[in-house]
Amino acid sequence: MRKIWEFFKGTLFLVSKGSRAYYAWMVSLLILMAVGVAAYAYQLQNGLIVTAMRDEVSWGFYISNFTFLVGVAAAAVLLVIPAYVYKWKPIKEIAVLGEMLAVSAMVMCLLFVTVDIGRPDRFWHLIPKFGILNFPQSLLAWDVVVLNTYLILNLVIAVYICYKHYNREEPNPNFFNPMILFSIPAAVSIHTVTAFLYNGLAARPFWNASILAPRFLASAFCSGPAFMIILFQVIRKYTRIDIKNEAVFKVAELIAYSMFINLFLLGAEVFKEFYSDTIHLAPMHYLFFGLKGHSNLVPYIWTAMIFNVTAFFLFLIPQTRENFVTLNIGCVLIFVGVYIEKGMGLVIPGLVPDVLGEIYEYAPTGTELLLALGIWATGFFIYTLLLRVAIPILTGEFYVGDDGVKPVIVDTEFIRKADALAEQSYRD
Amino acid sequence: MPNEGTRDAHAHRMSRRKMMKGAAAVLGALAIPAADAPASVWEAFFQKNFRELSKPELEKVLARLEKEYGKRYGKAVKVKATPPIEGVLYGYGLDLSRCIGCRRCVYGCVQENNQSRDPQIHWIRVLQLSKERGVDLEEAEQYYNPAKVPEKGHFYMPVQCHQCENPPCVKVCPVQATWKERDGITVVDYNWCIGCRYCMAACPYGARHFNWKKPGLPAADLVTETHYLGNRPRPVGVVEKCTFCIQRVRNTPGRYTACVEACPVGARKFGNLLDPEGEIRYLIENKRVFILKEDLNTRPKFYYFYAT
Ligand code: SF4
Ligand code: SF4
Repeated sequence: MRKIWEFFKGTLFLVSKGSRAYYAWMVSLLILMAVGVAAYAYQLQNGLIVTAMRDEVSWGFYISNFTFLVGVAAAAVLLVIPAYVYKWKPIKEIAVLGEMLAVSAMVMCLLFVTVDIGRPDRFWHLIPKFGILNFPQSLLAWDVVVLNTYLILNLVIAVYICYKHYNREEPNPNFFNPMILFSIPAAVSIHTVTAFLYNGLAARPFWNASILAPRFLASAFCSGPAFMIILFQVIRKYTRIDIKNEAVFKVAELIAYSMFINLFLLGAEVFKEFYSDTIHLAPMHYLFFGLKGHSNLVPYIWTAMIFNVTAFFLFLIPQTRENFVTLNIGCVLIFVGVYIEKGMGLVIPGLVPDVLGEIYEYAPTGTELLLALGIWATGFFIYTLLLRVAIPILTGEFYVGDDGVKPVIVDTEFIRKADALAEQSYRD
Repeated sequence: MPNEGTRDAHAHRMSRRKMMKGAAAVLGALAIPAADAPASVWEAFFQKNFRELSKPELEKVLARLEKEYGKRYGKAVKVKATPPIEGVLYGYGLDLSRCIGCRRCVYGCVQENNQSRDPQIHWIRVLQLSKERGVDLEEAEQYYNPAKVPEKGHFYMPVQCHQCENPPCVKVCPVQATWKERDGITVVDYNWCIGCRYCMAACPYGARHFNWKKPGLPAADLVTETHYLGNRPRPVGVVEKCTFCIQRVRNTPGRYTACVEACPVGARKFGNLLDPEGEIRYLIENKRVFILKEDLNTRPKFYYFYAT
């Protein structure tokens, strides 16, 4: 018990200490979080009318972000598979980074749902025994279950690996391997259930296509790894964790395949709608070309299309895939492209035109944007905290002392290279 | 029960809290009652789902609501919870050959069901369609505004909750805040709904409406004979919908809904589907009847027909 308490104290010490770059980063995030809190307070006081959502478009930017982030969370863990298959050297480390990213993305998901509901004070109605969870009828109930399971699962895995490593012990494979393996179907399930959430609604033809769940998975396999590629580079640059180039390139290759499947499935859907040209074409027409002079989403989706296709070729061609400049450009393009396609490009056309043919053009209000910014900042904040503890553990700079109780902390700087570089340029 | 003094003190605290922005405001506005909140606030917070209330619990809830509304609107408000009448399954008929698109039903409904006036909430939407294209919803116009209706070359199709036999809205609700009653009316427990709006995405008839803002209902306009599942004043952040005027049709068997009464041309019909002698049965059996979006298998109890 004492040992765990000392470990906990050690983590607190770690997160409160760092280089100037670390403080600057954390303080800026805290400021953005405060902005988000203020926006939420404003929304709570005035009702959801401060958003641009209305009866016709009853879900908007919040649920769009939620949908995208479920994909990021799922993909982060799915990276564990290639990690095993391709036998990356620091496998534990990669797995931990993925699980932690999933935890942060999951927290963001839950926050986005919370700010979207009309009566957050009644959240307890969703807790079995206290409230009534309409399980297994409602897909939203399923989502509540799988998302929370997934969050806890990843948290347990990440903390377990870190704690073991801190104690300079090997994780117990009987406990650890099944959990890691289980996290893979769990990752698939959160994304599938979220896709089914839309998919099961016969009233909304745009979502009611059986291809939706596979498309979700394919696009998640692009956005999540794209984020991880950039992250790996940042981490290996500023810390002592070593991630091999080949590993990064393998992930990039994987993105190329996923993007191909994603574009192919999209093409299949576009063909079916446009060629058969039924009344169900309206939402897709609205998305790609506008409908009756309403065309809010058109610039978005074409930006996403161009980004995705460009990135696809960047990842496909070995020369551009193995050049860090083009690789990083590709990652950014994909992240933004999928963010638009799986967010606004999926949620809004499902609701426009509405079930009685009305077109209400939705565009998020300032409140929605600021609130979302605050939640993203919260996600980054949590992820940084997790890394702040995990990285020194993985590099052996935070471990239990020889007495087996007191922690030893070698690293009090974190992101030290950044400061060193800044100082250098200052001196020059 | 808080006496005048403590209530005033509480009101004062509330207003002070209102001034505080930021994190404090979040907790305040989250409406999780403060530790010193009056008992009734806690009672409301912990109120069970309508269907799980025992008889004495239900009576307490109704009394609490009556008191609350009385205070808010300065009028005596009756909140009943009359159960379904045995042997009754409500059905609705709408004569498309008669409807002239005047929208009196819309406002009759707003009035009877205490809908928000600011912002306006309408449970009935009237679509203007062109005779040439027929029932083509993509071409429907809801915001038509000519000097005189009906307009040449057009016909009108009012849409409201179809009280589906197989309601997708009920299926998707994560907390069972909405369900189908034995007399076929789909209802919402406004005190249980969490406002996730999944039911709105699922309803194929656009019949559900959300309180994006605290309903603006002037006390002068309040109809005081209410039903727990029907026209009682709604809180912010929950979903509401047409209930076939549950407060009327259950209390006084045989009574019409407000929209039927409001229709100047008699295009609207309402009654018990299980009564073989009833008007609604006659219409279904003898007129050209269709239901909207039959391919979705929602099996509405709302029938469109052509009498002529
Ligand atoms: S019309 Fe819509 S709200 Fe009414 S029962 Fe059917 S699905 Fe539910
Ligand atoms: S908005 Fe209310 S009634 Fe509709 S699905 Fe959500 S909790 Fe149920």
